[in-house]
Amino acid sequence: MTWKSFLRAFFSTLSLGLGFLASGRAVAAQETPRATIVRAILCKDDGPKREIINSLAGQGDEAIRELFAAWREDSLFVYTALDGAKVPVELTGPKDAQGAQTAVRVDNGESLHDAGGQPLRLIGKQLTAVEHDASLRRAMKAVVDLLDLGSPDLTKRLRAIQTFGFAQKPDKLAAMQARSLIETDDKAKDALHLAIALIQLADPSDDVKLKSLGELRLLHSAASADLVKATLAKALADAKPAVAAVATATLAAINHHRSVVNFFGTLFRGLSAGSILLVVALGLAITFGLMGIINMAHGEMITVGAYATYITQNIFGEGMNFTLPFVKIAVHLPGLHLTGWAYQLYFLAAIPIGFFAAALVGIGLERSVIRFLYRRPLESLLATFGVSLILQQLFKLTFGSNNVNVDSPVYLSSNWTIFDVTFDWNRVFVIGFAAAIVCGVWLALTKTPLGLLIRAVMQNRTMASCMGVRTQRVNMLTFGLGSGLAGLAGVFVTQLGTVGPSMGQEYIVDSFMTVVVGGVGSIFGTVVSALGIGLADQSLQQMLLSPVLGKILVLLAIILFLQWRPSGLFSTRSRSLD
Amino acid sequence: MSLPATKRSYLRSRHVEFTVVGMLLLALTVIFPVLNAHGMLSDFTITLWGKYLCYALLAISVDLLWGYTGLLSLGQALFFSLGGYMFGMYLMLQIGMLGSYAKAGQNPSGLPDFMVFLGHTFLPPFWRPFQSFGFSVMMVFVLPGLLALAFGFLAFRSRIKGVHFSILTQALTYGAALMFFENQFLMGGNNGFTDFKFILGHSLVDNDAGPATMRGLFIASALVLLTVCVFCHWLNGTKFSLVRQAIRDGENRVLFSGYATANFKLFVFVIAAFIAAAGGALFVPQAGIINPDQMTPDKSIEAVVWVAVGGRGTLIGPIIGAIGINALRSWATQAYPDSWLIILGALFLGVVLFLPGGIVSLPGIISAQWKKRKSSRQELSSAPDDSGASSSAVKS
Repeated sequence: MTWKSFLRAFFSTLSLGLGFLASGRAVAAQETPRATIVRAILCKDDGPKREIINSLAGQGDEAIRELFAAWREDSLFVYTALDGAKVPVELTGPKDAQGAQTAVRVDNGESLHDAGGQPLRLIGKQLTAVEHDASLRRAMKAVVDLLDLGSPDLTKRLRAIQTFGFAQKPDKLAAMQARSLIETDDKAKDALHLAIALIQLADPSDDVKLKSLGELRLLHSAASADLVKATLAKALADAKPAVAAVATATLAAINHHRSVVNFFGTLFRGLSAGSILLVVALGLAITFGLMGIINMAHGEMITVGAYATYITQNIFGEGMNFTLPFVKIAVHLPGLHLTGWAYQLYFLAAIPIGFFAAALVGIGLERSVIRFLYRRPLESLLATFGVSLILQQLFKLTFGSNNVNVDSPVYLSSNWTIFDVTFDWNRVFVIGFAAAIVCGVWLALTKTPLGLLIRAVMQNRTMASCMGVRTQRVNMLTFGLGSGLAGLAGVFVTQLGTVGPSMGQEYIVDSFMTVVVGGVGSIFGTVVSALGIGLADQSLQQMLLSPVLGKILVLLAIILFLQWRPSGLFSTRSRSLD
Repeated sequence: MSLPATKRSYLRSRHVEFTVVGMLLLALTVIFPVLNAHGMLSDFTITLWGKYLCYALLAISVDLLWGYTGLLSLGQALFFSLGGYMFGMYLMLQIGMLGSYAKAGQNPSGLPDFMVFLGHTFLPPFWRPFQSFGFSVMMVFVLPGLLALAFGFLAFRSRIKGVHFSILTQALTYGAALMFFENQFLMGGNNGFTDFKFILGHSLVDNDAGPATMRGLFIASALVLLTVCVFCHWLNGTKFSLVRQAIRDGENRVLFSGYATANFKLFVFVIAAFIAAAGGALFVPQAGIINPDQMTPDKSIEAVVWVAVGGRGTLIGPIIGAIGINALRSWATQAYPDSWLIILGALFLGVVLFLPGGIVSLPGIISAQWKKRKSSRQELSSAPDDSGASSSAVKS
């Protein structure tokens, strides 16, 4: 084929396609569903009437549903105008004293006017009601059932396709096949293929069954597994080896695909769980790992971040009122009353707010309690536990003991599906964000003057002090940084878990374990151990089908792991004994 | 870990302390039941105090580890609850046909109610031996002891100590609590065991016989506490105890002097588990319930609070702390329900920051202050004398 002839063929195909589209549109423009219904109403004979109604099958106009409902409820009437023209109308709205109602024209959905342009009110009893018998009602119901199939709303369409497919109703097959020819959306197309194959699977003929099994094998949808299994069982019972063999192969293909999807799904969930753990534990890696403070109130720093998000959301929205406990001061935060995209931005605003709120609380805690305990690490555990109790109770008294509701912004509440593996945006975001925070902390600790001071003070407080470093100030800022990171974690946790006064407790044991496994004092170790624990947790959950058993096994594994490496994955080597 | 200021004087007076504790406990064992039998002390109070004594056992187990050996275990509530669960299994099987399902005729084999609820029709094999009181009492010690032995062996062998030990024990009790929350584990899920009816044929709930049973349990708790105190007092006088305290104050030195510190620590860890488990087993019939909430890390830390507030490294400190804080709780949760946790937290903070030796160290501190003031006053009063003398000397 020369390229000229190729081009000619190409253009002729194109014009054919365009022509087809245009003709399709022309048909649609010729008669709206409303006009068709008018035709059906005015048609005298039952047979043609039914056919006109049937011709509406596959249309997606919602008006059909309403008009048919009105028809079956006897609120459609034929109004004879002064010039003798018959106008079908729907009487709606409340009846007035005479029993008159507003009349709406069936053909265009607008209200009926008299010659002077005034809306007409008609009395139903004086008009001829449009009749309907059992066969007409059946025909209307069939059309309405298929209505969703042509709905312009994609989710509605998908749901209808799936419902028909899994119900295996052979009477819907024709409409589905018709729809699959004109369907443009890829998702809906796939769903239609699956649904058609599933309906054909119920076909009594073996040939159709085999063809449909072949199709299902290519589609390898996990949802079809049960129906294929049923077919396999029936084929075995009926002694049809050919069908049974193909069904077995189809089932194998489906299972293989499912295990691949599960594998990648678990990998993704494990990474995101690990990222959450990482964001939560990173602050601890600084306060516990670098400073040696056992901050049992670390979980409450997470809570501070989460409540800061909650408050930010309310300020962007309608504002909020709460009463500070004990001092009984009523606080009113005015709302900005934003809507749409401006409101959705609250989450981005909450990120720095959560960080600084938690950092401030952390600095307050360091100045008031922890600075007296640098030489007594075990007692810092006890004192901060006291602080944790106090903070939890204060949260409870301020915001109530119930969980509060934090909305998901639009840009975090959707997902991508790639090869049947679902990637939730909030989880993708957490992974990316964890990576960003790790880089940020690494840069802050190694490339900034403050980072240099922090490392110096943490390695040898006395020596740094002798060199003129203001160790008190560095301690304060380091603790603030660690707490601020916990606050950041809190902002993220609002998108993945519940927000309540004792939410911090859920994370505290896990994050301590993460730091211990990673090696105290090693940020890199924390990264590796967080991702490792997250992955192990998710895969064990997947394998054992029990989140609790998986978690217990992970804890056991950690205890055994510490037998092998008592000081964690990446311990700082030192010749000193303790 | 630094010794509290009063330690030295305490060591000298430990016999005095033991005598005081012993007399008080003996008095408690006799006076409370007698008063109760004559209606001068309510049944509620005696049950409440019985629970306090069980908490005191838990506190002593924490003190053995933390105060004397320098091991801050955040998992003692686990051993306490395990003891409680083992004894609770016996109590559950004693309910028999009096459970609510059996009364409704839906439980012909007399299973514990939660099993019927989960759809079981026969008793799982591992539950069967708990029909026997003797076996249950044995398991109260065997299971926590074995767990402590296994965990302690692993932890001390790899020289996990200090903060790491605390975090690991916390994770252990956290994991165990998660497990007991599960229904499939057949230990009652998050409701735990409750609704007990009989212990050794004596009714726990009956209006006539119940108070007498509770009195018996109170006496048993007091006697066990007394026995534990005698044991601890004896232990404190041995060379073993000296090594133990040396481990607390400088483990490496002890290790390099040729002592297998891991074995010493393991021994203490198992003994502490026994004591906690005994407390738990006595607690369950008196409290009438045991559930996984009792073994969360929070409860363990709370027991540490009692010891810290009472005074660690002493015999009487944990007892004072456990009874004192729980009495405070009983009062404050009624009087100030909103502020109780804040009071507890503040108490904790205050003790750690300002009174590291606990309440027990208070008399020592006060008398030291008193002496200091007295001596400075003497100096002050002698100073004017000197100047007076010199002035008079000038005059003369």
